[in-house]
Amino acid sequence: MSDIGLDVAEVLPTRSFGWLRGIGQSKVAVLGCAILGFWICVAVAAPWISPFPPNQTIRPMALPGALAPNGGVFWFGTDHLGRDILSRVIWGTRTVLVYAPLATALAFAVGVTGGLLAGYKRGWVDALLSRLSDLVLAFPALVLYIIIVSKFGASGLNIVLAVTLASSPAIMRLTRGLVLALRGRAFVAAAQLRGEPAWRIMFIEILPNASGPLIVDACLRLGYVVITIGTLGFLGLGLPPPDPDWGGMVNETRKFALVFPHMVLFPCIAVSSLVLGLNLLADGLRELVTRD
Amino acid sequence: MLAQAPLLEMNDVSVSYRTRAGTVPAVTGVSLIIHEGEAFGLVGESGCGKSTLGMASLGYFGRNGRLAGGSIRFAGQDIAALTQQQLRRIRGPGIGIVYQEAMSALNPSIRVGAQLAEVAITHRGLSRQQAGVAACGMLAEMQVPDPERIMAAYPHQLSGGQQQRAVIAMALLPQPRLLLLDEPTTSLDVTIEAGIVDLLATLRRTHNTAMLFISHNLGLVGQICDRAAVMYAGEIVETGEVQRMFTQPRHPYTMGLVRCIPRPDLPRATQRLVPIPGQVSAPGERPTGCRFGPRCEHFSRRVCDQATILLEPIDPASAVRCARSATIAPLPMLENLAGAVDPRDQTLVAAERLDKFYPLRGPAKGHVVRANQGLTFTAARGQTLAIVGESGCGKSTFANVLMGLTAASGGKLWFETVDLARLPLDRRPAALLRDLQMVFQNPDETLNPSYPVGTQIARAVRRLGVARDRTSVQARVRSLLSMTRLPASYADRRPSQLSGGQKQRVGIARALAGAPKLVVADEPVSALDVSVQAAITELLLDIQRTQQTTLIIISHDLGFVRYIADRVVVMYLGQVMEVGAAEHVFEPPYHPYTEALISAAPTIDARRQRRIVLSGELPSALSPPSGCPFHTRCPRKPGAMCETEPPPEQMAQDGHRIACHIPLADLARMQAATKPVEVVPQQVG
Repeated sequence: MSDIGLDVAEVLPTRSFGWLRGIGQSKVAVLGCAILGFWICVAVAAPWISPFPPNQTIRPMALPGALAPNGGVFWFGTDHLGRDILSRVIWGTRTVLVYAPLATALAFAVGVTGGLLAGYKRGWVDALLSRLSDLVLAFPALVLYIIIVSKFGASGLNIVLAVTLASSPAIMRLTRGLVLALRGRAFVAAAQLRGEPAWRIMFIEILPNASGPLIVDACLRLGYVVITIGTLGFLGLGLPPPDPDWGGMVNETRKFALVFPHMVLFPCIAVSSLVLGLNLLADGLRELVTRD
Repeated sequence: MLAQAPLLEMNDVSVSYRTRAGTVPAVTGVSLIIHEGEAFGLVGESGCGKSTLGMASLGYFGRNGRLAGGSIRFAGQDIAALTQQQLRRIRGPGIGIVYQEAMSALNPSIRVGAQLAEVAITHRGLSRQQAGVAACGMLAEMQVPDPERIMAAYPHQLSGGQQQRAVIAMALLPQPRLLLLDEPTTSLDVTIEAGIVDLLATLRRTHNTAMLFISHNLGLVGQICDRAAVMYAGEIVETGEVQRMFTQPRHPYTMGLVRCIPRPDLPRATQRLVPIPGQVSAPGERPTGCRFGPRCEHFSRRVCDQATILLEPIDPASAVRCARSATIAPLPMLENLAGAVDPRDQTLVAAERLDKFYPLRGPAKGHVVRANQGLTFTAARGQTLAIVGESGCGKSTFANVLMGLTAASGGKLWFETVDLARLPLDRRPAALLRDLQMVFQNPDETLNPSYPVGTQIARAVRRLGVARDRTSVQARVRSLLSMTRLPASYADRRPSQLSGGQKQRVGIARALAGAPKLVVADEPVSALDVSVQAAITELLLDIQRTQQTTLIIISHDLGFVRYIADRVVVMYLGQVMEVGAAEHVFEPPYHPYTEALISAAPTIDARRQRRIVLSGELPSALSPPSGCPFHTRCPRKPGAMCETEPPPEQMAQDGHRIACHIPLADLARMQAATKPVEVVPQQVG
């Protein structure tokens, strides 16, 4: 009782997501967390667990389980340039786990801010932002990616910007809808009546109450972004070679896939399992959010 | 009636629910009997098991509930022994049900007529055409103005009252022998409620249908039922004739319920509502012995907290479950309040011909909703002004203009020396923000669910510039909590951990953070249980007395207004019909609309009132009637001039103003003739 936590800003990050603590109660969410956690561990431990350097040419076209000339085993085989696929999958985790969260976070920063502004301010702000988002959503996302990345060059930064541009309109719409439902509540009127500035009402009064659906969406969207980065890599618009990138690995070896399916199989399994983990986590979180 | 076999017989019924926390006994050992054609009331606060018991009579226990003991017999059949098939033949043709929320009881995507006809086809085996005729006839019996139009309408096109009438028609179409009414009027306006209550009384006579009427409002139960049972924490604590329970309640809980309701026949200065302290204990936490014990002022150790207390008969018609009912002195109905405060008569707020019009966009472009039109009245410093009227009459619009949430279209609204009419919130100086605060209607929306309540009050304290440093802010929060009778430890709680009444208290504490001169309360108690209403009402009055705060209360509940207000403004369709001191407004001569409102308010009263039930619904504010806006529903309309000429404002004594064509002397004469005869209030005991 001596300290009742009087400053709103101090309390916000820890206490507003109390329902997250219930994550252990959903089996689906736990499984999702486990898969995601596995890949994070792989990314962190890449230098120690990868058997070979990812870009070293050793022995081309080795099948899974073949022995390496200087000792060691190619558990997943090697690709057409003789690089160990297991090591490349392991190092590729780093790429995807850096750029996918970065792109998602930036997309959410833009989308949530836009949605809060549009939903809270209404009027011309809403009209402008909504038309802009309609404009972006009218393009097929893939076409948009191809235009941006091929125009500005394939680099990590450009991929992040392209994903932000393509996915923030949908996030904005979701946020706007949540804000519209919340802005009419009496606690928002109470904040207005004590003269709170608009940013404070948007970010501190309204946003925490919309956090549940937004977090679920973030998990799902992170999965889409992983797929997007894979797709861009597959189209040759991903990270410049020779650095390992799951989508790029499939692209480079697809000509050989009929004869050596292992070259495309393992990167594909990696992408699918990470996306599956994120989707399971999102499903579990949705359960927790809607239960309250 | 005694010779008849009972229609519904519940014998020692217990219902429990399986939850994550184990088995929860919601209802325990309830016995009741309803005869053919009899209306029986079930009264109690939320969470007492009334609805559970009602649904049990239909053999419905929900997914996780079951009949844990006892038997339920409807027309001689044991409900528990029936198959789903047989139950279906009881639900509808045997027992019809009317829910609280009419809108959610109707399918929004099917026309009302088709929904009604379906019931007649399923349960009475009529052809589609016959069913349509039967449905239309039943709707006509519901006294709706244009049954054919309602048949063709979708639910959202009907008003709340019409929806509830359609639901009652649906329940009656299979010609049930028992009608189960679960708070059927709780979400309706008071004038609409009066119409429904009237209708139910008529239907009971014409159809000879028995009724089980569930309500938290003793007054309503008294208007419909002969006998009633008061439920508390899953068991019946008192049963008997309704009139006897009003005048001579025997169980302390019944006494508490009776004392929570304002008496219109006693002057305000001499009565004080006595709330029941505490809350209904959750089913898992019921005490041994008397379940009402923790809240009872007659609680006596070793008498009340030992063995289970039985329902003892006190006379052939009544029984009470109280170990001390023979010894406790009946409580005085209302406490006397010595020395009412002398309000300084000094104007704080003055509205002068205030208008607020909403121009419409889209297809109705060019039309204007006249939400407020020419409002003129004043509120004195330190007084309570009540603004009364049905929903849609523009009371909340006025509050929004006053608070700066929207700007007026014309006229002036003075607060001390500042004109607020067109002063939006962001142009109001900090001192003005501090002086004007608001208490909201819905306790579930008034607080931000994401933060502990202490944080929210503290934010208001800081923002309104009362205190800045941490210790003085904390001290202020503690004093605000204690001012609203909440323990200081509640500062750490989140809104989801508080009850409705507690949330409303926090809302009041937050409004008081900057010691405002004026607090506007928009329906502050209408969403609360009746015992909590009394507590919040007393709290508001107390704060007003001690802080000298001016209150503007917006309400449709005349009983509440009569109890709390010094001055009353009656609004209809955006216009002021009557203004005056409370003691004048509630005595003839009053405006015919005020008369209808007063007559509609349910009260606990031994004498039967002559009721004026307004015909029809509130006209649309989009095209208000010409002349006097009330002429389409006025029961005392003198002639054609009401349709063309706006009514003159007639002055009675002491600033009491009535806008009506009928001369005041005539009004007074007509109304005195129909005013209920004064009876000396019956002494308790």
